[in-house]
Amino acid sequence: MVWLWQNLELVLGLALDHARLSVAPVLVSFIASIPLGWLANQSRVLRTILLTLGGVLFTIPSIALFVTLPVILGTRILDEINVVVALSIYAVAVMVRGSADAFASVSKDVIGSSTAVGYSRWGRFWGVELPLAGPVLLASLRVVSVTTVSLLSVGSLIGVTTLGYLFLDGYQRSFPTEVVIGIAFTVIIALIFDAVLVTIGRILMPYTRALPTSSRASVTRVAAEVTS
Amino acid sequence: MNFFLDALAYIVDPANLTGAKGILPRLGDHLYYSALATGIALVVALPVGLAIGHTGRGRAFVIAISGAARALPTLGLLFFIVLFTGLGLWPLVAVLAILAVPPIIAGAYAGLESVNRQTIDAARAIGMTEWQLLWKVEVPLALPLIIGGIRSAALQVIATATIAGYVGLTGLGRFLIEGLAVRNYTLAIAGAILVAVLALLVDGLLALIQLLVTPRGVSRGVTSTAPRSRARLRRARATP
Amino acid sequence: MSIEFRSVTKRFADETVAVDDFSLLIPSRKTTVLVGSSGCGKTTLLRMINRMVDPSSGVITIDDEDIATVEPVALRRRIGYVMQNSGLLPHRKVVDNVATVPLLNGVPKAEARERALELLDTVGLDRALADRYPSQLSGGQQQRVGVARGLAADPNILLMDEPFGAVDPIVRSELQHELIRLQRELGKTVVFVTHDIDEAFLLGDQVVILEKGAKIAQQGHPREILANPATEFVASFIGADRGKRRLAPVAAAATGDDVLLVDGTGYAAGVISAPGGKLAYSISDKTDQAGDA
Repeated sequence: MVWLWQNLELVLGLALDHARLSVAPVLVSFIASIPLGWLANQSRVLRTILLTLGGVLFTIPSIALFVTLPVILGTRILDEINVVVALSIYAVAVMVRGSADAFASVSKDVIGSSTAVGYSRWGRFWGVELPLAGPVLLASLRVVSVTTVSLLSVGSLIGVTTLGYLFLDGYQRSFPTEVVIGIAFTVIIALIFDAVLVTIGRILMPYTRALPTSSRASVTRVAAEVTS
Repeated sequence: MNFFLDALAYIVDPANLTGAKGILPRLGDHLYYSALATGIALVVALPVGLAIGHTGRGRAFVIAISGAARALPTLGLLFFIVLFTGLGLWPLVAVLAILAVPPIIAGAYAGLESVNRQTIDAARAIGMTEWQLLWKVEVPLALPLIIGGIRSAALQVIATATIAGYVGLTGLGRFLIEGLAVRNYTLAIAGAILVAVLALLVDGLLALIQLLVTPRGVSRGVTSTAPRSRARLRRARATP
Repeated sequence: MSIEFRSVTKRFADETVAVDDFSLLIPSRKTTVLVGSSGCGKTTLLRMINRMVDPSSGVITIDDEDIATVEPVALRRRIGYVMQNSGLLPHRKVVDNVATVPLLNGVPKAEARERALELLDTVGLDRALADRYPSQLSGGQQQRVGVARGLAADPNILLMDEPFGAVDPIVRSELQHELIRLQRELGKTVVFVTHDIDEAFLLGDQVVILEKGAKIAQQGHPREILANPATEFVASFIGADRGKRRLAPVAAAATGDDVLLVDGTGYAAGVISAPGGKLAYSISDKTDQAGDA
């Protein structure tokens, strides 16, 4: 604890960097996954292609991406953009699956009846499909957010400043307290991200509270976990 | 792209295959750590997941624990344990197993939950014991999702086993670490490619198993309803 | 194999009383139909017989043996059970589904399969379907397999929970008449649950009309109930569709190519020609004048 107070500025600085770098992958994956998930439900061929692609990208270990991306992007190997891009690819790979499942979970009867009452295709997407796919999308996004925050610490291995620095430094100096504080702050950031997502979900989707959430949400959550 | 070609050249060079720092022994070690961790996680997680899925109890608790376990940074956890136990195989295996437990539990209980309630009710009504119900009905029908959980776990373990090199062990991660340490990016990228290929191979193998264990009656059921859902899709598209 | 309910009450955890002080004697080798609107507790009653549900108080006996003293699994294996959506195991072939209970009871595999094939004949299914999976059958065929499975262990009691509720009217009528034929051959103690009063009157030797809380509104032979509805409730329950009640062909009265028709009160309404004595669904929309008189 004493160490924490003495180094508060360092820890908070790292935590801020960590949080800042985590935001982009989560946002990018969310935005990219909506059209991709919708596309995946338009034809079997598209679905197979998108999900296979997502599966392959997901399979590539993140640390392998960290190292190979500079070669592909032409960036410097220590540039933090590599980590952000790598984690974004990773997050999109997970979210495509979640988003495809989310749009598939929208009842075909509801889609049919909203077409019947006169929704245009565009209006139906924004007014019916997206809101109803929302809960499953959120479940996947929560998994992506936690995973991103946790994986980002690996970035320190290739020299990007994140909370992972505390692991390396604490380990090299044989100082467990520092490692524990690194872990604690990583978990805290993950929890804050999760709370923010849940709050946004509550505000944007008040209708989910009327559903029997206890079973529903947990099942979708689990589905997201298994497929991630 | 030079680094890439050099890395590929490094991988296919027979001189780099064997020997103390060769690809094959490190690949073997990588697989050994991964298999050990996944195996231990299976022994712990599968009974828990099946119990939750069968009884429906304790789900909320396990979801909370799984979420928390996901947030724990593996690297930090590994360093923390090693600082107390010293270097060795077991800290690494323990950390990797912790990583593998949540997806296996989730796969097992999501699999059992996906089994039609009426099928379970009927099986009980014709006189199956709970044990028979689990092994003759629930597990066979849930097997694709159970393997899905194991697949997800194995992938994460193989990807993360790259950190073995930081705690005095070997594995394919050594190429990454050694490469980064001396700024030999060819070596680092070779390591990255090797890990990625290994992950893809294991994933493909497990995907194949997943396909093979899908009960025939069920997969046929799916194909037999497919024309209908496709027709529905077509109809949906025909009326914008 | 008579079944008796003695002052049986079932209160669920949320304090709803599904069954309130229910007593009934279900006679051996007859078909007893429990009929009532959804939520009246009829399925709960049925499920208490094979201990899928245990009563909160009261006693249920089978041939004077208190079933609370019988181990549930053993009890269920000697009682056949057929449910609405067949409840077949989707990962097992038809023949293996039928053989499930005998196999659980330790009957050798070859013997169980042979018996299962015979049962397919009994319920009127082509043996060629034996190696199909349930998902490859039609709804009506699945229900027949469900009945065959219910009969596989040669139980004395057969419980049927709205078994024909999910099939279309034509197939339902076929299945109902199959059941009448089967019951004539096998003479099981059948307890049948339905919300369809027509079905109840067609199949039941004893019909039990239930109100909420499984309160017996009236019980007896269909003819008695139709002739003398005990209460307003019964009158409206059986009369709601009386104006369009179908005339029922009485298979037992079939002679050669003619089928005797009876109306709801059991009076003969006429004879029609039907080759082979088979009538599936062609009669409808005759009003029940005699009953209204």
